[in-house]
Amino acid sequence: MNHTLKRLSSLLAEGKASSVELCQDYLARIASLNPTLNAFVTTDPERTLAEARAADALRAEGKGGALAGVPVAHKDIFCAEGWRTTCGSRMLADFVSPYDAHVIERFKAAAMPCLGKTNMDEFAMGSSNETSFFGPVRNPWDTARVPGGSSGGSAACVAAGLAPAATGTDTGGSIRQPAALCGITGLKPTYGVVSRYGMIAFASSLDQAGPMARDAEDCALLMNVMAGFDPRDSTSLERDTEDYARDLDKPLTGLRVGLPREFFGAGLGAETAAAVEAAIGQLRKLGATTVDIGLPNSRLSVAAYYVLAPAEASSNLSRYDGVRYGYRAPEYTDLTDMYERTRAEGFGAEVKRRIMIGTYVLSHGYYDAYYLQAQKLRRLIARDFAEAFRQCDVILGPTAPTTAFRLGEKTADPVEMYLSDIYTIAVNLAGLPGMSLPCGFDGQGLPIGLQLIGDYFAEARMLNVAHQYQLATDWHARAPGLDAS
Amino acid sequence: MSLSHDDVKRIARLARIRVDDDEAAGYRDQLNGIFGLIEEMQAIDTRGVEPMAHARDVFQRLRADQPDQPDQTDRRDAFQAVAPQVEDGLYLVPKVIE
Repeated sequence: MNHTLKRLSSLLAEGKASSVELCQDYLARIASLNPTLNAFVTTDPERTLAEARAADALRAEGKGGALAGVPVAHKDIFCAEGWRTTCGSRMLADFVSPYDAHVIERFKAAAMPCLGKTNMDEFAMGSSNETSFFGPVRNPWDTARVPGGSSGGSAACVAAGLAPAATGTDTGGSIRQPAALCGITGLKPTYGVVSRYGMIAFASSLDQAGPMARDAEDCALLMNVMAGFDPRDSTSLERDTEDYARDLDKPLTGLRVGLPREFFGAGLGAETAAAVEAAIGQLRKLGATTVDIGLPNSRLSVAAYYVLAPAEASSNLSRYDGVRYGYRAPEYTDLTDMYERTRAEGFGAEVKRRIMIGTYVLSHGYYDAYYLQAQKLRRLIARDFAEAFRQCDVILGPTAPTTAFRLGEKTADPVEMYLSDIYTIAVNLAGLPGMSLPCGFDGQGLPIGLQLIGDYFAEARMLNVAHQYQLATDWHARAPGLDAS
Repeated sequence: MSLSHDDVKRIARLARIRVDDDEAAGYRDQLNGIFGLIEEMQAIDTRGVEPMAHARDVFQRLRADQPDQPDQTDRRDAFQAVAPQVEDGLYLVPKVIE
């Protein structure tokens, strides 16, 4: 069950499989392996198969695009009409969405059935998928380890072949870090390229949805489905439609790859460093040249992020008050007591920590020292990238400092968990596109991720680099040895 | 900077999250650890740097203040179906004014 979207599309076009058959196969594999992996929070086979039948009917009429009938999984952060949409939280554990997110509308318009909603860190706050109300996801390469987060269910389900591809969201690394830890390919687009409408908000100036798939070519195909202007997202960018697959086959001759010295220093695991070095060698063989660059302010990105993201989260999550939707505490005395108990019982510890950080940094007397200072650092971090892109076409480095860590290893110390995203956060602050793709394995057989960072709107170029690398290597084609029992 | 027990209780009250005394002690240590990380920012001289509020300095589009889908049917029942407590189309909350 490790077919690419491209392969599934061919099977459907040639009449060798129907969408119903594909969905039945994936649903059977989910039923068999999800009790171990916990990658899905919700499945609804009847709904999935109804969508598959509709896609088959469309194909029978000679209608529908290349991906019609190819199923995908969606991170449980996207509102989907009629589907329980939990965002990994007790607060929304019984919330059945009355409407579709723009991303969901796009997949429906492409007649791509939904296999289910994937597990995630609560409100996308986490780097290990351990903050989910529905329990942690397990890494298919070693079920004693985390899949990364926050899009951990999406990453694990693609790696384990429970879905051919999935959607994710990335506020500080939540597509790229789990993609790295699970050995798949994931892309966070330029901020504003994919609509945030119906995507449950965490930090609105940073949140961006993107594809998670087996390879770069599939990510390009999914970008063609997901990207586009939407007036309901006030920061959606009005741009001409792009074909993200247009540059996949271009040679890499003359490509200038920037290597930020800050990404190769202390804190980077030796095996990860070696795999990334080997990937650089491979790109040189394909015609690329490398240039040393500096991102001197990137070391402050984690500190700035843990002011800005919690500040935005404390505002966004004030909507969960137990009145219009979601959880309400069963017992309370007055309105304030109802709010306080509802939020104490409905949110998990990490979400509460971040709401409290955000509340504090925005409170009277502290705003300038924290929020304003972090916004100024954000400017300095973005300027570093602008300077770097005068010297190179893409920036390359590790996605995460280490391979997948053990469940429970970092839960006691939030700061240690936050440092899992040290190489990914600066990209969100600047609003740039970033992606992760597999570039090797460590001595324990755990996948290692390579990060590519592009200039604004350079997604097609990054996908080109990743695709050419994947034509020359087979790291992305390897799959964990999971026995369906 | 170091948050006290009372600071944590005050922040939790502002955030409308009930935190009892035992929990407050745990949060105090964790939040102080996180602020230890955040304090690294203070060493940087940012005089004259323009704050960056949004990626790429995109700005929020405005739209006319009118329904954008005037033909859409009334969906109040669908939206209230997910509410904890409603009656006759109204959201029920504890009495606010005695």
